[in-house]
Amino acid sequence: MNAAIAKVPFAAPLWQYRAFIWSAATREMRLQSMNSVLGWLWPVINAAALILLYMTLFVEVLKSRLPGSDDSMSYAIYLCIGIINWTYFSNTILRSLNIFGENAMLLKKAGFPKITLPVVVIVSQGVQFAIMMGVFAALLVVTGRIPGWPLLGMIPLLIIQQTIAISLGILLGTLNVFFRDVGQAVGIILTFWFWLTPIVYPLSILPPGVASFVTNWNPMTRIIDGYHNIFLNDLRPHTSDFIGHVVLALVLSGLAYFCFKRLYSAVQDYL
Amino acid sequence: MPLISIQNITKKYHTYNSDWDRFLEAITNGWIRRRHEHWILKGISLDAEPGESIGIIGYNGAGKSTLLKIVLGVSTPDTGTIAINGRVAGLLELGVGFHPEFTGRENAVISCQLLGLAPDEIPPLVEEIKEFSELGEYFDEPMRTYSTGMAMRLAFSSSTAVRPEILVVDEALAVGDAYFQHKSMARIRRFREAGTTLFLVSHDPTAIKNLCDRAIILEEGVMIRDGRPDEVLDYYQAMVNRRKKDEEIRQFHGDGVVVTRSGDARMEITAIQILDMDGKPARVFKTGETARIRQTITCNDPHVRPNVGIMIRDRLGNHIYGTNTHLKKVAIDDRFEVGSQFHVDFDVQMLLGGGSYNVSVAVVDDALHSSHLDWIDQAVVFQVMPDGVPDYAGLTPLQARLSYGLGPGIERDPEHETERVAQHGAGRRADRVEAGD
Repeated sequence: MNAAIAKVPFAAPLWQYRAFIWSAATREMRLQSMNSVLGWLWPVINAAALILLYMTLFVEVLKSRLPGSDDSMSYAIYLCIGIINWTYFSNTILRSLNIFGENAMLLKKAGFPKITLPVVVIVSQGVQFAIMMGVFAALLVVTGRIPGWPLLGMIPLLIIQQTIAISLGILLGTLNVFFRDVGQAVGIILTFWFWLTPIVYPLSILPPGVASFVTNWNPMTRIIDGYHNIFLNDLRPHTSDFIGHVVLALVLSGLAYFCFKRLYSAVQDYL
Repeated sequence: MPLISIQNITKKYHTYNSDWDRFLEAITNGWIRRRHEHWILKGISLDAEPGESIGIIGYNGAGKSTLLKIVLGVSTPDTGTIAINGRVAGLLELGVGFHPEFTGRENAVISCQLLGLAPDEIPPLVEEIKEFSELGEYFDEPMRTYSTGMAMRLAFSSSTAVRPEILVVDEALAVGDAYFQHKSMARIRRFREAGTTLFLVSHDPTAIKNLCDRAIILEEGVMIRDGRPDEVLDYYQAMVNRRKKDEEIRQFHGDGVVVTRSGDARMEITAIQILDMDGKPARVFKTGETARIRQTITCNDPHVRPNVGIMIRDRLGNHIYGTNTHLKKVAIDDRFEVGSQFHVDFDVQMLLGGGSYNVSVAVVDDALHSSHLDWIDQAVVFQVMPDGVPDYAGLTPLQARLSYGLGPGIERDPEHETERVAQHGAGRRADRVEAGD
């Protein structure tokens, strides 16, 4: 590894343990694919079934459209892109909650860098996300709706979204060691959060007061909206909309790091 | 520069009335205190040089495992510093990270990944693990089909696939059957010879004697002894006895080795002599000569039924030979008055290789569950010179005859073979053994 990479925080242990990260991230999928004929195809089939279901239901049966759009597929695309990204976000948080409990034996008995564990969550959820996104993109290609260069705008949005997710995950996961209530509460909060984000409904149907509240105080609104703009309007995200998000992501990750550092010794003794 | 440098580390475990208290204290970095403290380590300092191997002994709860965990990095000391200049691997628990649904091979790969190995380093190691664990075809079967012994063999082979600079072992050496135990011991010994520093917690004195060149005793979080394994183990043995009865421990220097003495002195060993067959004191014997080990014992309590014994050990502390009056069925049933003396002679033929040996002597109470009356470890030292025996390898010159002949030397008479089976079946085994041997 060259010297430049070595300066990035945590890069050295993460690079050294890359084989472990990949194998731990794909562990569940490998276990599920065991003794099954289709094996690795099942997650793909799952994703395809879900997307096809939405497509037929909203395009053919309910004939739902976004307000002001004459594209028959607009609402189905709107829904799918929101759900796929939200799932990546919320599952990252949920899986981080038990990050210490699930790996208690490893943490207590084997010396390996702890920083790998949140990365394992990001990668394992990333694989699920990539499968969903891959199937969805294939469908867009087939129907001639794949966006152009603005598609690259997804990358910064994903980085911001996942930084927020994993920071919250580590923060709440550390607290969850001490208070199991946290895990229970987070499940409920994420459900509310989901419905407070314009994923199933368009923002425009909300009363103006609620809409501005949701836009200004729910960071996921602008992120999901950014994806919508990329896929439905072929528009790249505006940098100015996301300055607050970058600050939030940095603050949260700093807080998560501080909390983890402070509490880890207690976590170790408590496991 | 030492490989490991531990400076005055302490470790407390805390209990709290509630989880809220625990959290409050941790997040304020101890500014708000709600803890009840339990000290596990109270200031341990220890330097380990490359290639040194250190055995840690002590009662349960003395802090041994906590010390190992701190060296391995899975626990953090409260105060003090620890500096480690090498790769640490741990055998705290075997099979961490294994999944029963995965095959032995897949689990071996996981184990290598946990050691932080690069993807291209792993495949050759996995082949080595397969070979060392001797699982054969089972290596590619799911681990849930394994017996406990097989799982342990796989776990040991995987955890020790790479030689670490520091190896931390917690009672994990008794793996599998006797054959595999030897094999795993040999691997650890090879690591040691190649320069690995070993930290070994064990209650098995032989393991510590065989593998360590230094031993420490932890008691209630304090290092109370640090020295040569045989001396430290003797002291520990005395500690254990003291714990049983509140006995006195005395250590003094004699013959250049540290001597440990324990016992309640109701009978006392007042003199130990090693004599040759002419009755003259001697300290050097030729291989095969007979030495007379004489103990003179003074009686302080007339109600004791003494059992007098010896143990001969080599320089490394290996037990070579031991016996006592009870084993030899010599009853000492005289009634001794207070102050009277008697002596016991052990005539031992020194079928030993050249080197330095020591004798521990003891008199214990036969009636009272062998409680120590007087026990002196490494009381006297003597030398054996390998004179008059041909050169050989190993500890002791066993009687061996040698012959050779042409041909395979394997009996191939089918008629004979059937006969043996028939005789076995007819229960005439004794005849056959006699003829065969």
